[in-house]
Amino acid sequence: MKRLTTLLAASAAIVFASAGGAAAQMDKVKACFIYVGPVGDFGWSYQHDQGRQQVEEELGDKVETAFLESVPEGADAERAIERFARSGCNIIFTTSFGYMDATNAVAGRFPDVKFEHATGYKREHDNVSTYNSKFYEGRYVQGVIAGQLTESNTIGYIASFPIPEVVRGINSFYIGAKSVNPDIKVNVVWANTWFDPGKEADAAKALVDQGADIITQHTDSTAPMQVAADRGIKAFGQASDMINFGPETQLTAIVDDWGPYYVERVKALLDGNYEQSDTWHGFAEGNVRMAPYTNMPDDVKADAEEAEKKITSDELEPFSGPLKKQDGSDFLAEGTRADDGTLLGMNFYVEGIEGDLPK
Amino acid sequence: MLEAILISIATAATPLFLAAIGELVAERAGVLNLGVEGMMAMGAVTGFGVGLATGSPAIGALAAIVVGAVFSQLFAFLTLTLASNQVATGLALTLLGLGISGQIGEAYVGQPGIRMGPVFLGLDPIFWFSLLLLVAVAWFLFHTKPGLKIRAVGDSHVSAHALGVPVIAIRYGAVAFGGACAGLAGAYLSLVYTPQWVEAMTSGRGWIALALVVFASWRPVRVLVGAWLFGAITIGQLQVQAMSLSTITGLPAPFDSIVGALKAVPSQFLSSLPYLATVLVLVLISRNRRLALVNTPASLGQPFVPDR
Repeated sequence: MKRLTTLLAASAAIVFASAGGAAAQMDKVKACFIYVGPVGDFGWSYQHDQGRQQVEEELGDKVETAFLESVPEGADAERAIERFARSGCNIIFTTSFGYMDATNAVAGRFPDVKFEHATGYKREHDNVSTYNSKFYEGRYVQGVIAGQLTESNTIGYIASFPIPEVVRGINSFYIGAKSVNPDIKVNVVWANTWFDPGKEADAAKALVDQGADIITQHTDSTAPMQVAADRGIKAFGQASDMINFGPETQLTAIVDDWGPYYVERVKALLDGNYEQSDTWHGFAEGNVRMAPYTNMPDDVKADAEEAEKKITSDELEPFSGPLKKQDGSDFLAEGTRADDGTLLGMNFYVEGIEGDLPK
Repeated sequence: MLEAILISIATAATPLFLAAIGELVAERAGVLNLGVEGMMAMGAVTGFGVGLATGSPAIGALAAIVVGAVFSQLFAFLTLTLASNQVATGLALTLLGLGISGQIGEAYVGQPGIRMGPVFLGLDPIFWFSLLLLVAVAWFLFHTKPGLKIRAVGDSHVSAHALGVPVIAIRYGAVAFGGACAGLAGAYLSLVYTPQWVEAMTSGRGWIALALVVFASWRPVRVLVGAWLFGAITIGQLQVQAMSLSTITGLPAPFDSIVGALKAVPSQFLSSLPYLATVLVLVLISRNRRLALVNTPASLGQPFVPDR
């Protein structure tokens, strides 16, 4: 009988808590994370997991975390997300673009669970928020560096999949490089994978064989950095500071820092002031950092720091007019900037980039 | 440039070949071990760790061979002694290998490893060893008495048993050989191909190796051809993507038009070409019923329990 009373009391508490809706405070939050690669990739998923660990450190016993790694994008993801939703997670971070539809589908079935989808743009339900970082700001700075350092005027760019995130990065890199070197050529190879060290290395080799003397990548492993070191050229790190893999090779790296955002969101849920949101932070908010500028002359370093500073203070925006699309049609008029919607759905190259964008 | 491309192809083909030739021997003995991916991952983490600790990539590779062989004995014990289902046990071995290697390798993430450098014609010792291994396996399987016994066990374990051939012992040996080769293939990834350790760095190469064995219809030389074909298509499509239009028009006829046409093909399709080629060959092989029957080990995947 006593047990029954406890049970009744517990369910009453649950009913009360859910009646309170989003405003209710919580004693403990279970935060769950879904990663597209292994946590040991030392790139994208690794950085998200660093963020998860920061949540645990800062919120201590008020939070419990769990993660699933190497979850394939697409239909498979839906099962993984649903499993988390059923297992008592209060907030689920799905950390890859390809989880977009799966996240929204599961969110519709679990209205009491909060869903946070990284790098996407669909918020079909009240409990889905999206967040992203303006990595393209870092790509612009990389372009400024590469444009000045290249001797062959050819930069090798290892791309993963033709999604807006990646296309935006290529465009921003090119615009940055073009601003200092009118003859610059960006040679894009699509690896069609986020994480396959062997294939990424092969792509880097192919680019070097075809004349690239600086490599940059939008895939997640350190393999291209090693190929660059091996071939005696320069490269940019991706997602993590990869200087260990190329002490004399890495120029800088775009470092993702997800920790502050994760802590903020979980804390909001604990405090009862969680709201649906669409967050897109960059240099200014500290979500995107540049690793130390190394292996370059001082004047190039000064230009890079200058560009970083101007972007941080909003004096400079990579996507500002006049800009044309690859096919010669108008993109941005003089004095205008691209709005977030255009940037988030970007599916075209800017004028000057060679090659076709795969559809 | 051509030389660099050939070296890239050889580097891409070698881990596939090594893992596949080991699996071929196991399958010739009638054991289907789907744990190649897991054994490769174990070899990769061992090769990296031991190489780093001793400073010698060669010792790392040797350790990977030993660990691969030992790890495969878990599968051998379950399927041969306890007669468990080979498909399910093999899948479990893959999951276990990927998991354990990730756990062991946690401390190695973010550390550059040591490289086994080229020794001859720009290629590393393991590549040259793999060619010797091909000759040795082809000769051993088809020209020696123990080789004949392995094939006999794979074709009809009941008959082989009746003739006094130690079926279970031979299968233990064949599985161990497969594990050793997969371990070396893994070490190739973490010592030569991309000298680093990252979790799941095998990226499905174990599965491709399994497909290669069928692709090769269980013939050693065809495994090498298959691995090179696979490597050539993988590297070729990346090279084509990277080629500028001016380079392509500078190529001698008819390569300029061929490469030009390939350049127009979407990269997603080019990326899937190696897999499409595998499917195509499998279809062609299985159409020829006699050929398929002659080469397929008849007892493949069947558990053997000696009843007398």
